[in-house]
Amino acid sequence: MDTERAPRLAVPHYRHDRDTDHPPLASPGYGSTALRAPARPLVVLPQRLTEITGPVLGETRVGELDHDLTRQHAAEPLGQRIVVTGRVLDGDGRAVRHTLVEVWQANAAGRYAHAVDNWPAPLDPNFAGVGRTMTDDEGRYRFVTVKPGAYPWRNHDNAWRPAHIHFSLFGRAFTQRLVTQMYFPDDPLFFQDPIFNAVPDPAARARMVSAYDHTVTESQWALGFTFDIVLRGRDRTPFEDEHDDD
Amino acid sequence: MTDRLQVTPSQTVGPFLHIALQWEDGPYVVPPGTAGGRWLRGRVLDGAGDPVPDGLVETWQADPDGRFDHPDDPRGATASAIEGFRGFGRSTTDREGRFEIFTVKPGPLPAPDGGTEAPHLDVSVLARGLLHRVVTRIYFPDEPQANERDPVLASVDPSRRPTLVATAGPDGLLHDIRLQGEHETVFFDL
Repeated sequence: MDTERAPRLAVPHYRHDRDTDHPPLASPGYGSTALRAPARPLVVLPQRLTEITGPVLGETRVGELDHDLTRQHAAEPLGQRIVVTGRVLDGDGRAVRHTLVEVWQANAAGRYAHAVDNWPAPLDPNFAGVGRTMTDDEGRYRFVTVKPGAYPWRNHDNAWRPAHIHFSLFGRAFTQRLVTQMYFPDDPLFFQDPIFNAVPDPAARARMVSAYDHTVTESQWALGFTFDIVLRGRDRTPFEDEHDDD
Repeated sequence: MTDRLQVTPSQTVGPFLHIALQWEDGPYVVPPGTAGGRWLRGRVLDGAGDPVPDGLVETWQADPDGRFDHPDDPRGATASAIEGFRGFGRSTTDREGRFEIFTVKPGPLPAPDGGTEAPHLDVSVLARGLLHRVVTRIYFPDEPQANERDPVLASVDPSRRPTLVATAGPDGLLHDIRLQGEHETVFFDL
């Protein structure tokens, strides 16, 4: 960036998402939104310095076994061992490098290691269901875990959440912060899940579903799933160098 | 130009976020004992005025000199003079919906259109029942003149501006975030 020629601050601009890409905050099918979704219209905030920067959280946050949820305890957890891997990209296809990825999930029986989760399914003393890793130079991440079970909740009659893994991502700017859920292909519970179906566009919903990938499956060891995550892309600023990002 | 990709949709953090997103050092934007450090304390409340006990509040801010140690700041990445300055704070909410962040007051910032932004924190709120994070800002009560000239506050209906300005508290600042209701906090579309 040539600040000499830029009398005013030239900051990158992150493109707005389409309305159909994300669930509306007020989604009546998901009962908990009723008292929590803001009722007033959002106020447009032009992106300035605080919005186009963001925390750079380093390797110091991640322990050696944090990416492997099957090796954090005295013995292995029960359940189907899986590898979940993919890339974190921005909307222009650029890798989001060296960014923190946090995951959490229920155990194979569908129960979280959380005091508030007390439905009658067993806890697993060898499974906390929490992982962290940093993406590499290509934006790639990899977790080893067990496939989470589905679990019931009280949203509607005979309500069950499809199996999912929660993902938390920072990207490189405050604008890119994203928390989502990764689902598994062909889950028979999708039809009745108001959280999954709150995303209006079926093509957008499909972007939350991982793919079974036999090239990731490890012989005699674990099934493989791939899940790429796309954060907001940005428009080029007039003074941005052609190779600034790569 | 590479091909454009469509974004991954947002989903709620759900009720069990504490198991992963609660960091021991989460509230510390600056290390304990930092000169000028103060606590920002508040509650997240729902439309009935009840506490949100399964929420997460995250903050992001410049350092006291108004700088970011970040490559996209067109003024250049600048390490803070405060050792251990992270700029980022994270607090889960407790049973009473309370959060707490230990921080310093950021400096004012030049705005791309030529104005000056008053010291502020950008804030994300996530919770069960929020399918997407909501974004707000927190301004400082001891900066009335800077707040008066702030372009973001100026864009907000004057009757709602108080929802963006903290009040003085016993060990720093107090600020409740109301997701809904009569005094609903102003939330922004980024």
